[in-house]
Amino acid sequence: MTQHYTRTAKGLHWLIALLMLGLLGLGFYMQDLPLSPQKLQLYAWHKWAGVSVFLLVLVRLGWHLTHQPPVLPAGMPGLQQQAAQATHGLLYLLMLAIPLSGWLMSSAKGFQTVWFGILPLPDLLAKDVALGEQLATLHMGLNLLLVALLLAHVGASLKHHFIDRDDILLRMLPRFGKA
Amino acid sequence: MKRLALALALSGLIAPATQAVEFTQVQADQSRISFRYTQMGVGMDGGFNSFSSQVRFDPAEPASAQAVIEVDLASIDVGTPEADEEVATKTWLNTPAFPTARFTASRITALGDEAYEVAGQLSIKGQTREVLVPATFTQQGNAGVFAGSFTLRRGDFAIGEGPWAAFDIVANDVEVHFQLAVTPGD
Repeated sequence: MTQHYTRTAKGLHWLIALLMLGLLGLGFYMQDLPLSPQKLQLYAWHKWAGVSVFLLVLVRLGWHLTHQPPVLPAGMPGLQQQAAQATHGLLYLLMLAIPLSGWLMSSAKGFQTVWFGILPLPDLLAKDVALGEQLATLHMGLNLLLVALLLAHVGASLKHHFIDRDDILLRMLPRFGKA
Repeated sequence: MKRLALALALSGLIAPATQAVEFTQVQADQSRISFRYTQMGVGMDGGFNSFSSQVRFDPAEPASAQAVIEVDLASIDVGTPEADEEVATKTWLNTPAFPTARFTASRITALGDEAYEVAGQLSIKGQTREVLVPATFTQQGNAGVFAGSFTLRRGDFAIGEGPWAAFDIVANDVEVHFQLAVTPGD
């Protein structure tokens, strides 16, 4: 009998996953575009979605802290359990650090972030071109780390499902059939 | 003759403030022209590093005042070097063909309490439009300062054509702020 994550935890996991993939693709695509109305629009969307993910991650962390997630399989080696916890911890950290670095970069480059074009976020940094470049490098570096961790995360879930044949992946999927 | 000029100058110095003083020397280092525009709901600041102006203004006789302000559009700063290059192109200001924006005041009306209304022609990118600019003129010591702002619609001057012509990304309204410090002539 598979012990599932709660509906809310699943919903947040997959919603954030979709948004993150979109943000990653958009982020890598938009940076080399020549200046055009489309580019400005894509940047605005990227920033709006980034702020949204940051807030959703906070909600998710709150949910995580107040709802015990299903435990890892008893037969899983200690080292693997530690690796899983470390990866999840780092993923949470990056999901918060990446939007923060983007927001700070935006401020340093002189572009305020206005969520959905309505709610202005304060500029925590004054305009500073050199600092803006450094934060852009940081934003990029954190995202490359995120891609590496996501590959490990997805790879591990597939390994559990197809090789170990345990229910690690199933418990984050919708309940199918009678399960 | 020289003595007479000196006497006139001295009498100007010790005359009460209500007496006519003509302000003609624009102090560039204490003057600035900036603007604020909106991009996807985000307010952006810009300005011009170089402009020149000729002003003749006597607060006692605003009707006979003259003012011409010429802005060197190549000195624009819209926030990023990439955007500075973009606004110089044909679709925006076409700076190589139209290097100067010019405001010529045609009538200055006193509204009382340091407030004035300045009517004039604004020429940008080969287009000339009548504009009404509310301004204040405040005397601080020896200098007088014109300050004010008005809203320019970039569409009126074809600033931002083709793909930029729609106002959903870069808004039509551009708020222009100015401050001109002027001292009396000799």
